[in-house]
Amino acid sequence: MEDERSFLDICGGPLTLRRRYYSSYCREFGLSSARLSLRSVTAVTCTVWLVAYGLFTLFENSMILSSAIFITILGLLGYLHFVKIDQETLLIIDSLGIQMTSSYASGKESTTFIEMDKVKDVIVNEAIYMQKVIYYLCILLKDPVKPHEISQVVPVFQSTKPRLDCLIEVYRSCQEILARQKATSASP
Amino acid sequence: MVLKAFFPTCCASADSGLLVGRWVPEQNSAVVLAVVHFPFIPIQVKELLAQVQKVSQVHVAVLGTWCHRQQEPKESLGHFLEGLGAIFSHDPWLQLCRERGTRFWSCKAYHQVSTTPDKSIEDQVMLIFYDQRKVLLSWLHPPTVLPDCQAGDTTASAGGLADIFDTVARSEVLFQNNQFDEGPVRLSHWQSEGVEASILVELTKQASGPVCLLLASLLSLLSAVSACRLWKLWPLSFIRRKLSTCEQLQHRLKHLSLIFSTQKAQSPTQLMKKANMLVSVLIDVALGLLLLSWLHNNNRIGQLANALVPVADVSGFGLCHISASTCQVCLSPGAGVGSFQLPELWEYGERVAEELQHLLQWLMGAPAGLKMNRALDQVLGRFFLYHIHLWISYIHLMSPFIEHILWHVGLSACLGMTVALSILSDIIALLTFHIYCFYVYGARLYCLKIYGLSSLWRLFRGKKWNVLRQRVDSCSYDLDQLFIGTLLFTILVFLLPTTALYYLVFTLLRLLVVTVQGMIHLLVDLINSLPLYSLGLRLCRPYRLAAGVKFRVLEQEAGRPLRLLMQINPLPYNRVVHTYRLPSCGCHPKHSWGSLCRKLFFGELIYPWRQREDKQD
Repeated sequence: MEDERSFLDICGGPLTLRRRYYSSYCREFGLSSARLSLRSVTAVTCTVWLVAYGLFTLFENSMILSSAIFITILGLLGYLHFVKIDQETLLIIDSLGIQMTSSYASGKESTTFIEMDKVKDVIVNEAIYMQKVIYYLCILLKDPVKPHEISQVVPVFQSTKPRLDCLIEVYRSCQEILARQKATSASP
Repeated sequence: MVLKAFFPTCCASADSGLLVGRWVPEQNSAVVLAVVHFPFIPIQVKELLAQVQKVSQVHVAVLGTWCHRQQEPKESLGHFLEGLGAIFSHDPWLQLCRERGTRFWSCKAYHQVSTTPDKSIEDQVMLIFYDQRKVLLSWLHPPTVLPDCQAGDTTASAGGLADIFDTVARSEVLFQNNQFDEGPVRLSHWQSEGVEASILVELTKQASGPVCLLLASLLSLLSAVSACRLWKLWPLSFIRRKLSTCEQLQHRLKHLSLIFSTQKAQSPTQLMKKANMLVSVLIDVALGLLLLSWLHNNNRIGQLANALVPVADVSGFGLCHISASTCQVCLSPGAGVGSFQLPELWEYGERVAEELQHLLQWLMGAPAGLKMNRALDQVLGRFFLYHIHLWISYIHLMSPFIEHILWHVGLSACLGMTVALSILSDIIALLTFHIYCFYVYGARLYCLKIYGLSSLWRLFRGKKWNVLRQRVDSCSYDLDQLFIGTLLFTILVFLLPTTALYYLVFTLLRLLVVTVQGMIHLLVDLINSLPLYSLGLRLCRPYRLAAGVKFRVLEQEAGRPLRLLMQINPLPYNRVVHTYRLPSCGCHPKHSWGSLCRKLFFGELIYPWRQREDKQD
């Protein structure tokens, strides 16, 4: 079962939430943000090359132009591979764990998997970010030495930053699965 | 809890049979290690499992049945398999089946309810595929190491996935049977096509024994020589402490003795450490040989010798100039190839001493428009100029021998690039010895002045430093004491700018030299401590160093059990470097910026690498 809905992020940009229910105990949420626009790439490239051309007319050194080209290419590749996150996915599987994947614009994927034994709860927390109060979904991890204490808070959807309405959807689904997990682990 | 069945991908196309593996009750998961094919005798299967259990300490048992309907034409096998549940009783009993006509699998797990032994309840099953070879070969690195956790505690307190990895890794003896063995039981696992081995690895293992023995004895001899009492005598021990080359050589000796020690590595970490050290030493020697070939090419040594001879300029020391030119002619008779470069290097060599003299002349005049105290200025300037003259004469005495020294020193590059860099750092320290002396003179003078000033300032205000109580107390002075004290204070205050300026100039020069030496040491440190083998392993075999796992949901059909693919999530590069970095000499300056500025202000001497004396292991 799959469905898609559009939401907004905290800056007002468009987001798409894609929910997949694989089974009663396995769900996946994918949040995709807007792709890199041709307009911004062209604008940055033109600025850099104009500045380089200005410096070239001042210093009459052709190294400036070639270095400007290298900088533009390397900068774009670096941005696509290390900075621009296209999609963030949360996969929650009962009695196995929670997996978070970030896919970059160049196709690189970075994954983190947290085992269900370590997960205490999934909550929506609020934070003060510059002049705004924003909400974010986070996973609370248990302290292995003291099981009733929280050792770490892992925020989810850090670069797509959806608003509260989107977070509530994800939160409700996660809580259903966690409740199920707690019920089955409590009973022998 | 959902029942998780970990199934190896290599057995997905195997014939029907029994599933053999380990049941982990805490996580409600069954790890399937192999499939036993027909025909088999149940007693023999039980014997084999008992043997494996004894050797590997893994509780291996028959977990269920595997039915590959796409290959079997007969339907009757299915019923036969169901009857096996009675022979090999296991709770829960798995039944995995690959249907004909669909890509999807069916899994059922039957629990024996204790109250009614005839009934069995079906449980929800989740199928997780894993690559057996990769899981066997990988080392799992836990995300954080707790400070209060014991080192040997890993197996007991390990998480769920670490258990799975552990199970597969310890069951290696089960994977030794392959289809070419004439054993009673036919198994299917990742090595059933034949045990994986490499001729080179086997040959190296055979040869490494005697080679290690020989090299270990040689290295122990060398270590004994270096540790003998002769080196503890005063001049040698002093030189040994100050030269970074000796430090580096000792470090490398320690590494080599660890690599060629006859003890086998106890844990994967130690093995990686040995491998990293070996690769580091090899790369070091390779870089050193490259440097050597570059130096001996094109008579670069001759050019270097000329660059290092600081010949005085024509105005003050014309005699030295003429004698130096004759030296230069006989040093490099075959310098026709690089002759166009020589005049530039000659000028460079001249300029070093010339610049220093110009600097002193400038200081003796009116530097930056400041008016210096003429007498003190002249005294200090002349003193330093004479020092430079002595230094140049000394260098001149040495100049015929410099090329030969450099040639022999260049040979030491075959011991490694790090040794060559350490020697370069030592040569720089020796050649800028006069700057170090100037710095010490300037700093001592300035320091004395500052202490004098602070003490006399206290006198001026009527206070005194109480040594016993370590604080400032009031004190009543005589009129004579006050008068002389104030006079001295005034003199010192007016002489302060001159001294301060000399101190500033020479401190800056000294800091420049220290920075250059520091960069060289950083480079040496980098070559020493970078774990190249681990980085190479991460690049070429990323599954060997695992930070965790990642799951991918495979094609799903409603009503069918969920199928997941478990892949290994490799360790990121920064964590590889952090976990496996080799211990270096540890010559990092322990001053913070604040304490450094304070020392500079009060004129205390700075020893950037004093900490070498308190080495940690």
